[in-house]
Formats: sequence, structure tokens, C-alpha cells
Amino acid sequence: MTKRGKLVIVLLLLSAVIAVVPLILIQDSEFGGADGAAEEAITEIDPDYETWASPVIEPPGGETESLLFCVQAGLGAGVFGFILGRLTERKKHEKN
Amino acid sequence: MTVKQRKIVLASSIIALSFGIVPTVSAMHIMEGFLPPSHCILWGILCIPFLIAGFFSINRTRKEHRKTLLIFAMAGAYAFVLSALKIPSVTGSSSHMTGTGLGAILFGPAAVSILGLIVLIFQAVLLAHGGLTTLGANTFSMAIAGPLLTYGVYKLCQKMKMNRLVSIFLAAFLGDLFTYCVTSVQLAFSHPSEVGGMAASLAKFLGIFAVTQIPLAVIEGILTVIVIIGLESYAKSELKELGYLSR
Repeated sequence: MTKRGKLVIVLLLLSAVIAVVPLILIQDSEFGGADGAAEEAITEIDPDYETWASPVIEPPGGETESLLFCVQAGLGAGVFGFILGRLTERKKHEKN
Repeated sequence: MTVKQRKIVLASSIIALSFGIVPTVSAMHIMEGFLPPSHCILWGILCIPFLIAGFFSINRTRKEHRKTLLIFAMAGAYAFVLSALKIPSVTGSSSHMTGTGLGAILFGPAAVSILGLIVLIFQAVLLAHGGLTTLGANTFSMAIAGPLLTYGVYKLCQKMKMNRLVSIFLAAFLGDLFTYCVTSVQLAFSHPSEVGGMAASLAKFLGIFAVTQIPLAVIEGILTVIVIIGLESYAKSELKELGYLSR
């Protein structure tokens, strides 16, 4: 394997480790969104503040929300993979 | 950019700046309804010149460097994926990356502002994440301020003749982190604490957004380096056309 190929694998592993370590170190948390934490902070700082708009369409629950996030990631990953595939094929053809 | 395009960007900048000077001021993205209307409008107007510049920049790419459009689509897809992944962080809460660093390094900060806007609209409308009223503020932090810093850091590192992959890491890392610092400033502006004022609020929001973001920003830096490594081996000709690699 090339030097760069090895580097890519090491980097991928490293980013996975960074994402997993907090899950192991912090046991008593649900890892809610930072935006939720900010909402609480605002209510604390500014108890009189009333939100004056609410989302147009709000997913009914966590499941639907995660579905939509998956759709977003899936769309992105699909396009990304498709283009990368074309590029790698092209390089093969250039060699022949 | 043509002379006419320059004029339009300049004019919109002047309008935006004049709004910025008027003292209107009394990570995740900012939630719907959590900024007062005047601030929503202010941030929205500040975004306009960048978005117009972005529109022209994309148009120019489309006309002059047609074959790099594929890479542009890739940068957009990359932002889509990264901003959908909520990753646990050391603070015990989760946040997501921005994914705008890659596009900023390859295509410049203006073009990326449009990509970021698309991602934000998608999330605001369908996912109830972020919001339409806070779209301006979120676009400013994620699609403009972050990419601008990324681009600046990258160019600076290039001048200092730093290793290319290290500069890409630094640029993407700092740009991601800066996005959430800007978010914190925006919230502190709108919600100054009664005790301690804006500074106290800022410290609080930085504690929530920026600290959570640090490990995620490292991941974004790493992933951006990986994608660039891939592009350098499979899309040399496009990168040369973009001026990323010397011809």
C-alpha cells in the first residue's frame, strides 16, 4: 500500500476514535443537541423572552427526525460516492 | 468578475454595511424564533453581498471551468453529509460539523456561501433544525464567516510554505470552530445576561457551542484532508484548473 493510503486509514481510525471516546468517558449523558442546551441557557438568561416563530414543519418525533437526517446524509453520500466512482474509473482508463 | 458584477457586489456591500453601522443592537444552528426580528433581518442583510458574490463566482466557474463543476457538486455533497452527522462530544452533548471547509479551500469562500445556504434551507424547512427566521444568522456563521476564515488560514499557511495537508487540516479545523464562535456571539448579542451583560452571555454560549465543537472540528479537519488526498490522486486535472495544484 502506498504511504498516502496508509495515512488515510490512520486518519479515518483517528476520527472514529475521537467520536467514540466521549461516549465511553461520559456515562451519565444522553448527548442531546447543543442547540437544546442553548435553548435552556437562553431561558435562564432571558426568562421573559418569548420565541416568536416556530418551525414550519416539525417532525412528529425523534424517529422521523432521524429519518430525515439520514435522507440528508444519504443524498450527500450518494452524490459524493457517484462522483468519486467516476473519477477513479476515469483514472483507470487514462492508464490503459 | 466583470465590472458590472463588481459594481453590484460593491453596492450591496455598502447597503449591508450601512445597516451594520446603525446600532440596532439593544451548533448547531440558532433555533427558529430565538433571535429577535431586528437581528434576523440584520444578519440576513449582511449575508446578501456574499451570496451575490457567490452567485457570480459559481456562474463564472460554470462558464470558464466547466469540468470543475463535478468537484463543486462533490464539495456540496460533502457539506450535506457532514452537517447531517450529529456527533457526541466531550461536553456530553452532540453537535454536527459544517462541511464547508472543503469547498472554501477549493472554490473560495464566496461560492461556498451558496452551498451552505442550500444545506441550511434544507435543514430549516424539512428537519426543524435551525430555522427560516434565523436563516440569515446561520448563513452568516456557517456559510460565510467560517469559510472566510478557512480560506484566509489556508492562504496564510500557503504563504508560510507550510505542508499542504497540514494547512488544510488547520484551515478546516479553525473554520469549523469559528462558525460556532460566531453563533455564540450572535446569541450573546440578542440575549445579554442581566448580570454581567453580553460578556457573561458570550462566555456561556461559547461554553455550550465552541467547547462542544472542538473535537468535531478536529474530525472535520481530518476528513477534509482525506478527501483532498483522494482528489489529489483522482482529479489532478480539475485541481490544476482550479489553481489548487500548480499547472
